[in-house]
Amino acid sequence: MNARRTYADFKVFSRSYLRNKVALFFTLFFPVLLILLFGEIVTSSNTTVDLTVQNLDGNTNVSAQFLAALNHTGVLSLSFVPPSAGNLSKYMAAHDLTAGLVIPAGFSQAYLQKKVVSLVLYTDPGSPSTTGVVQGAVGGVVNYFNLNASGAHPIVQVTGEDVGSQVYTYLDYLTPGLIGFSILTSPMFSMVNIIAEYKKERIFKQISLTPLTKAEWLTSKILWYFILTFIAAFIIMGVSYGVFNSHVTLTLLALPFLFVGPLLFVALGMIAGAVAKTPESAAVIGNLITFPMMFLAGTFFPVQSFNPSLQAVAHVLPLYYVIDGMNNAMILHNTGQALFDLAVTSVIAVIFFIIAILVFPWREE
Amino acid sequence: MASAISAQGLEKTYGELRAVDGLSFDVEEGTIFAFLGPNGAGKTTTVEILEGLRRATAGEVKVLGLDPWKQADALHHRIGVIPQEFRFFDKTTPREAIEYYATLFDKKADADELLRKVELTEKAESYFDTLSGGQKQKLGLALALVNDPPLLFLDEPTSGLDPHARRAIWEVIKEAKRGGRTVFLTTHYLEEAELLAERVAIINHGKIIAEGSPEEIIREHGTADRLVLEGPPALADHLAKTLGLPVHRENGKVVIEMSDKRDVARALEEADRSGLGWTSVSTARDSLEDVFVRLVGRMEEGVVRSGR
Repeated sequence: MNARRTYADFKVFSRSYLRNKVALFFTLFFPVLLILLFGEIVTSSNTTVDLTVQNLDGNTNVSAQFLAALNHTGVLSLSFVPPSAGNLSKYMAAHDLTAGLVIPAGFSQAYLQKKVVSLVLYTDPGSPSTTGVVQGAVGGVVNYFNLNASGAHPIVQVTGEDVGSQVYTYLDYLTPGLIGFSILTSPMFSMVNIIAEYKKERIFKQISLTPLTKAEWLTSKILWYFILTFIAAFIIMGVSYGVFNSHVTLTLLALPFLFVGPLLFVALGMIAGAVAKTPESAAVIGNLITFPMMFLAGTFFPVQSFNPSLQAVAHVLPLYYVIDGMNNAMILHNTGQALFDLAVTSVIAVIFFIIAILVFPWREE
Repeated sequence: MASAISAQGLEKTYGELRAVDGLSFDVEEGTIFAFLGPNGAGKTTTVEILEGLRRATAGEVKVLGLDPWKQADALHHRIGVIPQEFRFFDKTTPREAIEYYATLFDKKADADELLRKVELTEKAESYFDTLSGGQKQKLGLALALVNDPPLLFLDEPTSGLDPHARRAIWEVIKEAKRGGRTVFLTTHYLEEAELLAERVAIINHGKIIAEGSPEEIIREHGTADRLVLEGPPALADHLAKTLGLPVHRENGKVVIEMSDKRDVARALEEADRSGLGWTSVSTARDSLEDVFVRLVGRMEEGVVRSGR
């Protein structure tokens, strides 16, 4: 392996790549567009449920406390209609509302005298998720008031903690997913296309007549995709931090995935390009490999949310271990699992690299 | 003179197909050797075996004293190659391409001088995908010269080029020969081979069907030199009787097939003596192209077999 020749090939290839605006767009800006798009969808979606309240009890202390407790659940967004609006059910139907609560007159007095009093909750059977949230939240507040009234205190409590004892959002998980997307797509699409095109145009024959070796040619490509992957990863993380305040940490353990990932997919792209007879069939083979991984390896959606059979499929996709490893390294801080993912990724990468060298068409018998 | 290339009984088969079928030839150092043949004759397969890109099925071959397949790395430092329809990286300029090749060969190349030599100075900073077909071939030629090789393989270097671009490339090939390089040229253009090459081999169906200097091949396989007179039909009959040479009429002219240079004077004297009147005289001889067409055509009919 000659460093000067490898660098010369790296220089000529990287220059060509940087001059190709389409390739640059898909490598560096497309993942950013995706994170902005997904981020906008997630952050703009309403995470609270509207509850329309008609308070017939007047401005009493107990009803005020009850409403404050409902507000405190964090899942309800309260709006109020005056008693003069008449029957709440009809009002809701006229205004297309899905959840409503009537606090009856004398609620406060009955509560203080420890007499049974009924709240009326209207829900829409056509919106089961809204109904579930409203019933759960209102039921929880009612239980709390009942316990208070009876002088009892809760025995069993639930402490709310998220994984990693921090609040993680979908965008946090999307960040390693999109870095994985970049690790997958730019080497795969590019290498499949380059190999098929160079074979067709006999550029490999031309290069093979120089002292440049197959390993030097391949190394220069891998070096370039390391750099591209690092740039793409930093851009994606920058957007994730800067625009969406994500909680992803670029740990030392995440860095090996940015090396091994491109190595794996440069080699896989070479194999796909090498076995294809024409550029057209190369594109088909490339797509057949890339698209299942793009959607099933945890790029856009967590694999845990899939049904068991799709999860089984995900576990045979090389990209799954890259993304799972980065999730463990960057979000969950699960070192053991990240190292396991790194080991699997490395073994697959080395196997693919050896196969790529063997099937790569440099000279003909 | 020593041989730059020596091939003995060279064969390449793909299953049942014999692409190269027992070729034997030598190319002397410092000469231009043209390899001619119709499409599918086995030219490119032969060239790629000589370049170390394909392995011969059988036969002995030495290029610059090296086994091209087993010693390909050493050979590639000493040869320059333009493959058919030279292609390169689309977004790379000719200057960058030359610098790239110079680094690969670990040579100090003067990019300006090479670009001037192939008349590509004005396009030095243009991307490869913006160059015309002729300019691409010129860059291929410049790259083939980067490592200052003693042997050049030029596989149809002027195919599809306009006359001006072809002549520019011919000049570079002639200069390469003047500089002492050996040139192995495959071409479709018989005129190109006749103009440039000292020796020519005509190949068809993987076999050499004629080999020698263009003159030798024309002499051996061509028809006799011809004297053409413009005159009446009776003149043809008269000359046929008096000269004892084959005479026929072609496009209204009288054509005499000569066996000797002195036949020219005899024919003109007899034409004068006949009193039949003739208005103009010219001579005609077979070109390499005429011989090539005839030889390949006869081989297709099964008349000619391999010459070697």
